[in-house]
Amino acid sequence: MINYAVQRFIQAIIAIVGVLTIVFVVMHLSGDPTLLLVPQDASAEMIAELRSQLGFDRPIYVQYLDYIYGLTHLDFGMSVVQRVPALDIVASRLPYTIQLAAGALLVAIGVGIPAGIIMATMRGSVIERILTAIVVTGQSVPTFLSGILLIFVFGVTLRWLPTSGAGELSAMIMPSIALGALSMSTFARMTRIAIIDELSKDYVRAGRARGLSLGQVVFRHVLRNASIPVITIAALEIGNLLAGAVIIETVFAWPGIGQLAIQSIQSRDFLVVQVIVLLISFVYVLTSVLADLVYVFVDPRIRLVR
Amino acid sequence: MSVMTSAHIVRQRLRRVPLSVIVVSIILAVIVLLAVFAPLVAPFDPNKQTLLARLKEPGFSYRGMTYWLGTDDLGRDLLSRTLYGARVSLGVACLSVVVSTIVGVSLGMVAGWFRGWTETIIMRLVDIMMSIPAILLAVLTVAVLGPGFMKLVLVLGLTRWPRYTRIAYAQTLQVSNLPFIKASELAGAGAIRILLHHVLPNIAGPILIVVTAEFGLMILMESGLSFLGLGIQPPSASWGSIMSTGRQYIERAWWIVAVPGFGLFLLVFSVNVLGDWLRDQLDPRSRSR
Repeated sequence: MINYAVQRFIQAIIAIVGVLTIVFVVMHLSGDPTLLLVPQDASAEMIAELRSQLGFDRPIYVQYLDYIYGLTHLDFGMSVVQRVPALDIVASRLPYTIQLAAGALLVAIGVGIPAGIIMATMRGSVIERILTAIVVTGQSVPTFLSGILLIFVFGVTLRWLPTSGAGELSAMIMPSIALGALSMSTFARMTRIAIIDELSKDYVRAGRARGLSLGQVVFRHVLRNASIPVITIAALEIGNLLAGAVIIETVFAWPGIGQLAIQSIQSRDFLVVQVIVLLISFVYVLTSVLADLVYVFVDPRIRLVR
Repeated sequence: MSVMTSAHIVRQRLRRVPLSVIVVSIILAVIVLLAVFAPLVAPFDPNKQTLLARLKEPGFSYRGMTYWLGTDDLGRDLLSRTLYGARVSLGVACLSVVVSTIVGVSLGMVAGWFRGWTETIIMRLVDIMMSIPAILLAVLTVAVLGPGFMKLVLVLGLTRWPRYTRIAYAQTLQVSNLPFIKASELAGAGAIRILLHHVLPNIAGPILIVVTAEFGLMILMESGLSFLGLGIQPPSASWGSIMSTGRQYIERAWWIVAVPGFGLFLLVFSVNVLGDWLRDQLDPRSRSR
């Protein structure tokens, strides 16, 4: 178990270094990253000054090593626009995004998993068909469209909920639903497949033969076994929800890091954008490591195979 | 998973195509035709502004011309803009899927065939690429490179190839041990020949499943990026950018969002239904229902 955990962490570190490298390459794709950080009407001298100030005139490998060195000391650079560390700006907005992602995860799990259970256990019924239609629909509506639709129905027409901002709890309802809809479909599908897989196994037949009802077998035995693939999905979905926040926060004027990313692109504050991309990728990598560890913990069989 | 999947099974099962699949295929065909023939079908020039006809509701008539689906904030015909927008959405999605399929499948086959350090490097890169959420990587790259049709295609194509690589790699590993491939290797066929003529046809089924799933996702990503103002730039119409305008006028003119939004939904829904069905046909594991 410990061996496996160590191995998995080493993999994660390689992945994180890889992510840092890719982001570095992307930032240099335009040829000269200085141009990303100055206003469009900047003079040549201003650009040259900033270039040497930020060290973009040095050889590329020196820049790369410097960049990695800075990151290991939690130095993500200064925001060119606001003249404060980029990390601080992102940190001040982070709580809003965590709040929103938690709300969305709640919606996704709370609706998706029960829906998946019903779809797997009541195959062929009318309820299953209706749920399937809802799941496929949830998958086909882009988050910004469902966001705008919610705003139109509950914000503009019915005037039940606020259409933007992050004041009261009621402001969280619509963005959470819009953001969680896609994950909800994923959870429903994965739960359904996992349970159907389990239902075809011998222990289910044995349980039924002992006189247990389908519901009893499902709740006593199947759910525990089917939970394993679902845990992995949950971990991956956390990363997806954070990434999806970029769009949904723009729709709802929600003051989290997603809105900050878009605002920073518009004000050409690319170091802030870089911090956000790195941060979300770290979360992505770490949650998948945790998922794998939980996986092993829940299912001892995996340990033996490795 | 047996290798003789594709051809035989597809032929057998095509005879029992469910109604829903037929319906979405027709919808898909209609959308594609409308997009291709947009210049012929569209009643107006999509960029022609008529300031006296701003934010008018569907069915509004002005100087003998009817705006069937209403107008936007600059008095442009929404039907025409949505038709032209379909060209952008479908065009970007198709081309970027082509890019990522070519890149992803070649890398996957190479990794699966040559093994060794080639395999290690390629598959590590896949793991790394997959730890950055695609939409974020796309947002960052487009923001760095600047907007534009071809840039959008390249960015979307080059962020999504790892999915194809994983499938192509796993399938190539399975296929490459089969007798007929060993035979052609012994007969002196080169790696490129074997991969293109023998491996590729036999791994096409699973790749097709990824292609359909990714196609729907690409449409969503393109519209998302354009919605954020990072994709197709005005005055060109794209469903995402039209809806981004519509968001501002939602209280006065709901149709600006509703028209391209419905189109987007129909398109992605059809692609998803078709993709699900295809997967059930080609993947024996999920066929259990």
